[in-house]
Amino acid sequence: MPFYRNIAAKIALLPMIVISLTVFVGCIIYSFVYSLTNSKLVPVMNYVGFDQYERLFKQRKWDVAVENIFIYGFVFTIGCLIIGFLLAVLIDQKIRGESLFRTIFLYPYAMSFVVTGLVWKWVLNPTFGLENSMHMWGMTWFELDWLVNRDLAIYAVCIAAVWQGAGFVMVLMLAGLRGIDEDIWKSLSIEGVAKWKSYIFVILPMLRPMVVTAIVLIAAGVVKVYDLILALTSGGPGYATTTPAMYVMENFFSRANLGQAFAASIIMFISVVCILAPWAFYEFYLRNKYANN
Amino acid sequence: MSTIPKGPRPKHLTIGRIGLYCFIIMCALFFLMPLYVMIITSLKDMDEIRAANILNLPKELSFYAWPKAWSQACTGFVCEGLKPGFVNSVKITVPSVIVSVALSALNGYALAFWRFRGAYFFFGLCMFGAFIPYQVMVYPLLKIEDFLGIYSSLPGIILVHTIFGMPILTLIFRNFYASLPIDLFKAARIDGGNFIKIFFYVIIPMSTPITIVAVILQVTGIWNDFLLGLVFAGRDNQPMTVQLNNIVQVDYGVAEYNVDMSATILTSLVPLFVYFISGRWFVRGIAAGAIKG
Repeated sequence: MPFYRNIAAKIALLPMIVISLTVFVGCIIYSFVYSLTNSKLVPVMNYVGFDQYERLFKQRKWDVAVENIFIYGFVFTIGCLIIGFLLAVLIDQKIRGESLFRTIFLYPYAMSFVVTGLVWKWVLNPTFGLENSMHMWGMTWFELDWLVNRDLAIYAVCIAAVWQGAGFVMVLMLAGLRGIDEDIWKSLSIEGVAKWKSYIFVILPMLRPMVVTAIVLIAAGVVKVYDLILALTSGGPGYATTTPAMYVMENFFSRANLGQAFAASIIMFISVVCILAPWAFYEFYLRNKYANN
Repeated sequence: MSTIPKGPRPKHLTIGRIGLYCFIIMCALFFLMPLYVMIITSLKDMDEIRAANILNLPKELSFYAWPKAWSQACTGFVCEGLKPGFVNSVKITVPSVIVSVALSALNGYALAFWRFRGAYFFFGLCMFGAFIPYQVMVYPLLKIEDFLGIYSSLPGIILVHTIFGMPILTLIFRNFYASLPIDLFKAARIDGGNFIKIFFYVIIPMSTPITIVAVILQVTGIWNDFLLGLVFAGRDNQPMTVQLNNIVQVDYGVAEYNVDMSATILTSLVPLFVYFISGRWFVRGIAAGAIKG
């Protein structure tokens, strides 16, 4: 095929091609190359091998960040899925005011992470927040000092994140539930299967593509988490809620330690690839293969 | 997606259904609580905030906080409130949305109707870019923009939003165009339409629904962005989310929670407004962005 055939389409796609190559591919190569140097304030081509990675894995702060991202990723993903699915099932029960409830469950998703973080920071404020309310209502045993507690602060982040993201999962699941054939419900009710059992053992497996999509999208977002934590805890108390994304940003912009930041960002990138690769393989390769047969 | 449940509404209220309603209302109250706390806190004065329960309605309405948050609250040494941030956010959002939606529509059109060898390879690369954490690309991209002379300026941040909005928008436009009947395109070709003419006279007039979805997705996404605005917009163009965070996280002076909360509400007004007026379109946007075709 000669080059000039279809030339208009090639020109039209040129910006996309240039951006994909320079930004998406080029930036990763750039980051990787400079992660092998001892750049500090400015990037310099001073090769030190995998020194930066070795130093990174020795940092106590990085350990905490990785541990946090695992806790956050696990609690947030599971929390969103369970609550999102539960809400979708509730809404699917032919209830009154369905659209009102849907609006209520989804509105946090329209809010930014900064706003989410700041609101929950106020609600969970140890002096004036919900803890104080409970004490005023006579429940003096009630404790909600998560934001100032090193071990629990990350769970406060999880609550805020689930509040913001559960509606998104609900929308996906509800779309799936509404696509279930009426005949399946009929046969289930003829068989006399209890409703909750049908949801968990029959309908949920049928929604597997939705669940997988939701998990992948949530998990890819987990690795990026930055603004929410910045607004809610600023990584504190101490550095108890720091995350890899925060570690990278700190080393780039306030500690002038570029080499470390590049190395950490490459580790973040690799972890995203590990999440995506099996799914992409299944979604785009296996499915096409079976579809073509 | 069909949103109306099938079958008649159950007539009698059984114990089970009363339990169902109780549960769903409790969930709704949990989701609404932060919004409620935000609004009532912004309408209290500081004495009442210190003395009373965070969940109590204000004894007397105080509108002190709102004008202060809008035009007097301090970030560092500058006391201009959120107003400059609002103006900046508008200046960033409007051109970014227009450029990214126009470019992505063109991309989607070229990919759906004018396939050439390699086009889908670059599209795959571009989609892959949607999942790379920003932290990996932020610094090299900053260097690129610095080289182009647009770092920390309005064009700089607009370019960044266009780049990062492109993958998902191109995907939804491509999927929409791929679902149009191909005969329509063939007929236009036989009538002598070329790449540009078909795009303007056939495709664009049919694109209204998907464009609405794309615009909603981009307006909320760009308005809520924090990280990119912080890094790329520069001191003079900082978006509202960044200024909000600066106002609330002041290190000195007495924290004024009512001002903080009105500032938070003001920042989330635009996305909430988009969400409440667009409702079902917003949901469609989520579904279109999430479910790969």
